[in-house]
Amino acid sequence: MKIAVCVKRVPDTEARIKVGGDGKSIEESGVKFVLNPFDEYAVEEAIKLKETAGGGEIVVVSLGTDANQETMRTALAMGADKGVLLKADVAAPDTLAVAKALAAELKEGGYDLILFGKLAVDDGCHAVGAMVAELMELPCVSSISKLEIADGKGKAEREIEGGVEVVVFSLPAAATTEKGLNEPRYPALKGIMMAKKKPLEKKDITLEASGVELTALAYPPERKEGRIVGEGPDAVPALIDALKNEAKVL
Amino acid sequence: MAAILAVLEQRNGEIKRVSHEVLAAARGLADGMGAEVHALLIGAPGMSADGLGGAGADKVLLAADDSLGLYQAHRYAYIAAQAGTDKAAVVLAGTAMGKDLGPRIAARMGAPYFNDVKTMEGSGEITITRPMYSGKAIATVKITASPCVLSVPPNAFAPVDAGKAGATEDVAVPAPVEPARATTVEIKEPEHAVLDVAEASIVVAGGRGVKEEGDFNVVEELAAALNGAVGASRAVVDNGWRSHSEQVGQTGKTVSPNLYIALGISGAIQHLAGMRTSKVIVAVNKDPDAPIFKVADYGIVGDVMEVAPRLTEEIKKISEG
Repeated sequence: MKIAVCVKRVPDTEARIKVGGDGKSIEESGVKFVLNPFDEYAVEEAIKLKETAGGGEIVVVSLGTDANQETMRTALAMGADKGVLLKADVAAPDTLAVAKALAAELKEGGYDLILFGKLAVDDGCHAVGAMVAELMELPCVSSISKLEIADGKGKAEREIEGGVEVVVFSLPAAATTEKGLNEPRYPALKGIMMAKKKPLEKKDITLEASGVELTALAYPPERKEGRIVGEGPDAVPALIDALKNEAKVL
Repeated sequence: MAAILAVLEQRNGEIKRVSHEVLAAARGLADGMGAEVHALLIGAPGMSADGLGGAGADKVLLAADDSLGLYQAHRYAYIAAQAGTDKAAVVLAGTAMGKDLGPRIAARMGAPYFNDVKTMEGSGEITITRPMYSGKAIATVKITASPCVLSVPPNAFAPVDAGKAGATEDVAVPAPVEPARATTVEIKEPEHAVLDVAEASIVVAGGRGVKEEGDFNVVEELAAALNGAVGASRAVVDNGWRSHSEQVGQTGKTVSPNLYIALGISGAIQHLAGMRTSKVIVAVNKDPDAPIFKVADYGIVGDVMEVAPRLTEEIKKISEG
């Protein structure tokens, strides 16, 4: 089975975000960048599928600048086989442009399965996986928490409000991964050493912009300063009173 | 006349509350550009459009077929994209269905797509605001392409009382393509109905301050007394105490309820990102310096295991009147 995993380089979730001098982007210096946490589940699932099948190939695809190579090496260190970096500058969160570029690359690859993290924790767009699948006319299940593949068919589960949706599909297909699908492995030292030698192909591409422009990036409004109503269980009546008569939420 | 398409959502034929929020968002945008709101409802035959005119729909398009009772991604996307092509914008909700359907509609229409849209205005060009970095920053985005597809998170737009006609019209449903690419075969529901943390108007969330897995019942009991949903911090989900579906934060769900009660949650930056837009925040924590108190409207410094049961008791007194 040939599996593609699309990955993104994003700021660590514990990072403090500072708006840059241009008022449209973040200050990148001092920010730790990581493999998007949701993409880790996609990489892990691909490796598990390959291990179960006893063979196959996992290609990591990423779109961005040379800095993405480090992110891709993390996926290679976990166990992916090779990488394709689509080099382009992405300014605004233009998911359609990114999806078109990925679909153009992926349709040439003859993949049985294409995996994505359900969203990237930077722009939070939750869009590219399903878009790529639609553009490639592939079946796709979003935000999966369980996946079974056998005999060219798949069965996936995804959490919905108050339940779990069960979807069956045929390969080739795409899926986006949710936390809970698996426990991503940490790259072992041997894997990290091997990853340095795995092939990583770079391709210069041009994005087809879809008519969106990020005009400003600002901090969220500060919350009005609150107050401590008291200590211990004896403070509960004062809290109830505040919620009832001041905040009027009870 | 220009129109905005509002894609509604049903479960077992019942229109979800969040659909009224979608209609409100669409109504606001439509009124700003002198357009109509056309609501699209996809599902099994027998769906009722009662009340949708009042909630803001000038017209209700019904796409009914026995095969469409459950969410079938590919077919829903096809129907919505067909209905959306001549519209100025398509608006839907950021539910499990909407998060999957929105990008599909956009890809089919060749239109830009944004989720988590908090404000939308303008005609011709639409300007939106939405969080990035899980709410650590707010982006303003100008969309010059038309149409566009916009998804709104639950609890961001208050339902309106618009008094529109809401006349229904049937939409032709294309026959399913065989063999189907992907088919939703069932929805597994838990024995006891669970209120989703992202949709609830009251959330009671527990963190590490709840010392043992078995002690989480103090969180559940307070949530039950308030008719709210249970939430959890990343720490307790990673411990395996609670399901990921309850996690609030950057790698969990972003919530914006009327009341958020954080029990024993210190307030890591990734957690605050997921709940800081809640209307009223209450924090209970033993550590008076916990970062959660910086965003809380009301705080109690104390042990969750002592404070939460007392809170539950007092809430019950109120509801018992």
